[in-house]
This record gives sequence, structure tokens and C-alpha cells, in this order.
Amino acid sequence: MADQTLPIPVSLDATPSRGAALLEWLHSWVITVDHKKLGILYIVYAVFFLLVAGAEAMTIRIQLAVPNNHFLSPELFNEFFTMHGTTMVFLVGMTIIFGIGNYLVPLMIGARDMAFPRLNAFSFWLSAFGGLFLYFSFIGGFGLYGMGSAPDVTWWAYAPLTAKAFSPGHNTDYWALSLIVMGFGTLGAAINILATAFSMRCRGMTLLRMPLFVWLMVVTSGLTLITITPLTAAQLMLIIDRYLGGHFFDAQAGGAPIVWMHFFWIFGHPEVYVLILPAFGIASEVIPVFSRKAIFGYPAMVAASIGIAFVSTTVWAHHMFTVGMTSAGNAFFTLSTMMVGIPTGIKIFNWIATMWGGKIRFATPMLFCTAFLFQFLCAGLTGIMLSVAPWNWQLHNSYFVIAHFHYTLTGSFLFCMFAAFYYWYPKATGRMLSEKLGKWHFWLFFFGFHLTFDTMHFVGMLGMPRSIYTYGPDRGWSTLNFWISVGGLIQAVAVLIFAWNLIDSYLHGREAGNDPWDAWTLEWSTPSPPPAYNFAEDPVVRSRRPLWDIKHPQDPDWKYER
Amino acid sequence: MSTIPIFADESWRLPSRGRVGMLCLIIGESAIFTIFVVAYVYYIGRSTYGPTPQILELPVFNTVCLLSSSVTIMLAEHAIKHGAVRRFAAWWGLTMLLGVEFLLGTASEWRKLIFEDHLTIRTNLFGTTFYSLVGLHATHVIVGLVMLSLVMIFTLLGRVEQRHAERIQVLSLYWHFVDAVWVVVFTVVYIVGR
Repeated sequence: MADQTLPIPVSLDATPSRGAALLEWLHSWVITVDHKKLGILYIVYAVFFLLVAGAEAMTIRIQLAVPNNHFLSPELFNEFFTMHGTTMVFLVGMTIIFGIGNYLVPLMIGARDMAFPRLNAFSFWLSAFGGLFLYFSFIGGFGLYGMGSAPDVTWWAYAPLTAKAFSPGHNTDYWALSLIVMGFGTLGAAINILATAFSMRCRGMTLLRMPLFVWLMVVTSGLTLITITPLTAAQLMLIIDRYLGGHFFDAQAGGAPIVWMHFFWIFGHPEVYVLILPAFGIASEVIPVFSRKAIFGYPAMVAASIGIAFVSTTVWAHHMFTVGMTSAGNAFFTLSTMMVGIPTGIKIFNWIATMWGGKIRFATPMLFCTAFLFQFLCAGLTGIMLSVAPWNWQLHNSYFVIAHFHYTLTGSFLFCMFAAFYYWYPKATGRMLSEKLGKWHFWLFFFGFHLTFDTMHFVGMLGMPRSIYTYGPDRGWSTLNFWISVGGLIQAVAVLIFAWNLIDSYLHGREAGNDPWDAWTLEWSTPSPPPAYNFAEDPVVRSRRPLWDIKHPQDPDWKYER
Repeated sequence: MSTIPIFADESWRLPSRGRVGMLCLIIGESAIFTIFVVAYVYYIGRSTYGPTPQILELPVFNTVCLLSSSVTIMLAEHAIKHGAVRRFAAWWGLTMLLGVEFLLGTASEWRKLIFEDHLTIRTNLFGTTFYSLVGLHATHVIVGLVMLSLVMIFTLLGRVEQRHAERIQVLSLYWHFVDAVWVVVFTVVYIVGR
């Protein structure tokens, strides 16, 4: 059956017209089930929405740059910060980790494709249409302020703000329904990664020889299974309330808005670990290669990753200290949150120990990973500050919290994603990204990041609450806010340089060859870009660094590993 | 050191991808059910007006049917593993009948609740939590029945053979899961909550 449906070239003797060739090429991307093409689709999609959500952030920053500004109306401001948060978490964060995971996991474990290629394509298109559906609300959404309303209930969408009485129309439904659709897409992607890692490994690739990136994708996918689904359940309840007249979050009928808070953060807190764990995986691949040393403490890294996943499911109510819980509840969530510091501390020490005494090459991927180490440490320290309930009562929902989680999501997650782009772009396209533009990108982004988010801590401690659309000049926030916006602008310039680098290097970049970084994992043994079948022969692996063994037959790793 | 075989070709066994995938789906689904069960338990007795769970009757016959469908599907798995396609079709058909009976039982229970006790999903908090939890489970039964009938159609067309035994086992995992969830729903809704 499959043979008969193979696409037949339009014509063999005459070259097809440019239009037809373009159409054929686009068609091949729509029908693809190849994990590499789907990975690239995920990544292109994520980069596009990174630019969109970045533009939303910039308009927010322009609005807040000076006091009593009227660049955005209050209604539009609410829509923009809701969409900025939702887009960055679901359309950028989730898609980029599953994109990079899709591309790399089969290559790293020596497989020819994912376990379920068609499910893979289905998952991507669910995510893609979920995102388009969300953005259609800018045109088709009907809300409190009439036609063309995007969701404006914040990305955590606390009840009863989402009740029909306070969110008339259906812009909130766009938010809930698109997240349900994307949630199913994510669930499919997570199942696929897990089945691939457990069932598709090449011969000799035992679980404890898998590259750490694959391990971290496994842990993240496992966490996704039990993290995204509670959100889906809560969204179903919200839809039942809004469409069928249910009472889950309706206080007058005995329902409790606080239940939404618990359900949302049961998803919401592990979610940041779902995002950050693949970033850890990227750092664990990049840092050893650019330090010319094997990763320090591999089993401890695996154990710490699993430990983080477990602890992260017990910390959600630290988002709710100001809601008013019992002292026992406060104490429990303070302590469990602080516990996260132990496995993450192990990881930071292991990365530093990997660099220690190494012959470090500061290419762009390594620059991003080094900055990540420093910024992630700072993010962890402010996290521990915020986990202390009395401190949290002072600073909750202030810009201090915004600064903290942007330190984790921009300063740590996004920095590692940039490192991944510079590191694996040569594998995916066959061409190197320009190091010169890369250095500009890094230093501008680094400088802009610190100008924005370091300053935000202080404006938060001065009492500026989040989600306000403007402020008076007498509050003492004006100068700091101006510099925060300047920093945002610098980051925007850096991201545009990055986007230009992606396009320009694709056309004019230096040829990469199979293994431009002299790396050790299996993906570098394939041509760049890898052929559709990945490996002409199924590889056989005897250690955690199969390419090291090939390059150094006198001194292979398997002599030392158990 | 190098004389120790790092691996032997014949010993390189990996778990079946179908089984791993289905188990992952079951873990994810369990989380969805957990959230709905937690909401049900938390809201027991919190309705400020309207009917209470005392109006529910124990669906004993329904429960017996659904739970015994787990046994019949196991017998079907056993039959296809040994290549007995006709025996497989019989047990598989019985499983589907038991599933359909469960849905009919639920339908008549809901009919009584809606038309005699005047309890709908919007009546009160109890109605919302009851219909959504039991309805979520019934939805899973329906999805299971759709997949079961696909296999049944292929069986009747003569396309199912012994070599499909593993796929059928993977699908049965889902059916066992739906049955296991019913034990939880039954306990929470009809025993603890009543």
C-alpha cells in the first residue's frame, strides 16, 4: 500500500517551474513524519513566537518606561501581558524543548526515528494549531471590550475573574481551549520521547550510557505526563463552568476559587522544571565538550535530575503564601521549596567541577552556558529568599517575583537555548553560525539582560506590583523603570541579531563538516545535516562517549567506566 | 578487562514501545482523574442548595459488568496469543457487550437523576462534580469501545492474526485502566461520598 502512495516526481526530464517546486517543498514539510524535520518545524515555530512574544514584552516595556504613559490602553496592556506569558511558556518554551528533543534524542541514542513517527507529526500539528487558535483571538475573540479581544485574564487566570460574569464573551475560552489542544500535543510528544528513549536505543546504549541531554529529556517528559494533565483537567472544569453552567469555581454555589489556584500551580510550578531540565541537559552536553573533559559525576547528575523532578511536584503552594494557608502548610511548602536547592546545588557543583582544570574554549555556546551557571545560581538564591513565607508576604506579586522568574526563564532557560542553537545549528543545517555575530548577540543580550532584570529586583523591593499598566511619578520607580526598558531594548536588538544570524548563516555560513566541535556524542558521527535514515549502519556503543572511543582507540572510555 | 563482553547481541532486549507508550498515557490519564477525584472529594457536602448524594443508588450490576469485562478481555488476549482467532473474536465481542451494557446502565441512571430527581450539571455543585467525574470516566469507556470495535471490524474482515497479539495486549492495557479507574470512582462517589 505504501509503495503506491509514494509521491512521484512531477516530471523527470524537465525541471518543474519554480512555483511547483516550492509547492512540492512546502508539501514535503506538511506531510513529514521525520523526527528531524518535525524538530525543525517545532523550532522555527518557537523562534517565530519568541519574536512575537518579545515584541509584546517590548510594548509592555515602552508603556512602563515613563510614569503616566498612554502608549497602550489598560485593556490592551492586560491582553499583552497575558499573551506574553502564555506565549512564552506554551508556544516558545514547550515547543522549543520538544523541538530540540525531537531532533536530538533519536540521533543521540543511535535510532533512526522516534518510536511513533506519526504520533510525532500529530503532536506537532496539535501544538501548532493550538497556538494559531490562541492568536486568532486578536481578530476573532469577543471579550469585555468588544470584538478583537485577546485573553486578558493573566496567564494564571485566577477564578473568579474567569467566570462568565467577569469575563463575558469568549476570549477566555480561546485561552482555555487552545491550552487544552496544546496540552494534548505536549502529552503526545512526551509519550513519544519516553518510548523512544526506553525502546529505541542502539546496541550497547544502556540507560547509564545515555547522554545527559537524553536523560534530562526523559525526566522532563515524565514530569510532563503528570504536570500538563492537571492543567488540562482544570481547563476542562473551567470550560464546564463557562459553557455548561457548572459550579466548580463558583463561590455562591459552594465552589472554591482557591481550588483553581491549587490546580493551576500543581501544573504551574512543575512546569518551570519541565522547561529548565532540558536546559540543564544542554549545559551538560556543551560544558564538557568546551572544557575538553568528561562530565563530572554522571550518576550524580542523573540522580539529581530525578530528585528535582520528584521534589518539584511538592512545592506548588509557595505561589500561594499570601492567599492565607495554615502555619503547617506554610512551613511544609517553605521547606519543600528549599529542598529543591539540594539537587540543583549538586548540579551546579558538578558543572563547575567539569570546567575545573579543563582546557576551556570560550566559543559562543560556552559563553552562554557560563553565563547560565552564574545567572541560574542567582535565580536559585532569590528563589530561596521567596520560599520563606514571611519574606514572600512582603514581596509577592511585586516586580521582585518577576525578576526572579525571568532570571530562571530568560537568564537560565533562554541562555541555554541560545547555547543549543550555536552548538547544534551546524548539525541541523551543515553550516556554522557566525561567531562574530554570535559574540555580539551574547554580549548585548547579557548586558541587556542584567540591566533589565537586576534592576527589576530593586523596583520590586521598592514596592512596585506586577500587572499594573502605569504608575505615578511620585512613587520613586521612574528612573529604574526607564533603565529596565532600555535593557529590554538592548535584548531586543540582540535577538534581532540572532535572528539575522540564523538566516544569513544558513545562506552564507562556513561549511561545518560532521563534527565541528570535536564532540563525543553519536549525533556528530552523522553527516551535517543528517540523512533521513540518520545512521547508515546501526551504531554500537561501549561507553558514554562513543566518538571519543573511536577517536582515541588506545585510550577508550570503556576501560574506565563500569 | 577487554575480555569481558560489554554486551552480547542476543541479550540486547528493549521494552516494547507500544507498552511503554501506553503506560505513559495511563500515567498521564491518571493525573487527569486524580484532579477530578480530588475536586469531588473536596466538594463533598459543600453544595449550598439542591439535591445531595443521598439520591444515588449503588450501580452494582453495572460495576459487575465492567469489572468482568477485564476478565473477558484477558481471555481474548490469551486466545489471540495462541492463534485462536474465533475464540478471540467471541471473548472480544463479549467484552464490548459488557462495555455497552455499562454505558446503558449509566444512561438509565442519569435519566432517573435528570427527570425524577431534577439533578443536572448546572443544578448545584454536587451535580457539577458528579456528572463531570462519572462523565469523564464514561467518555473513556466510549473511547475504549471505539478502539475495541476497530479491532472487532478488522477481526471480522479476517485481518487479525496471531502476530497482532502484542498490539492487542497494548490496547487491553487501556481497557484494564478504564476498569481500574471505575473502582476508584465507584468507591469515591458511591461509597465514601454517599
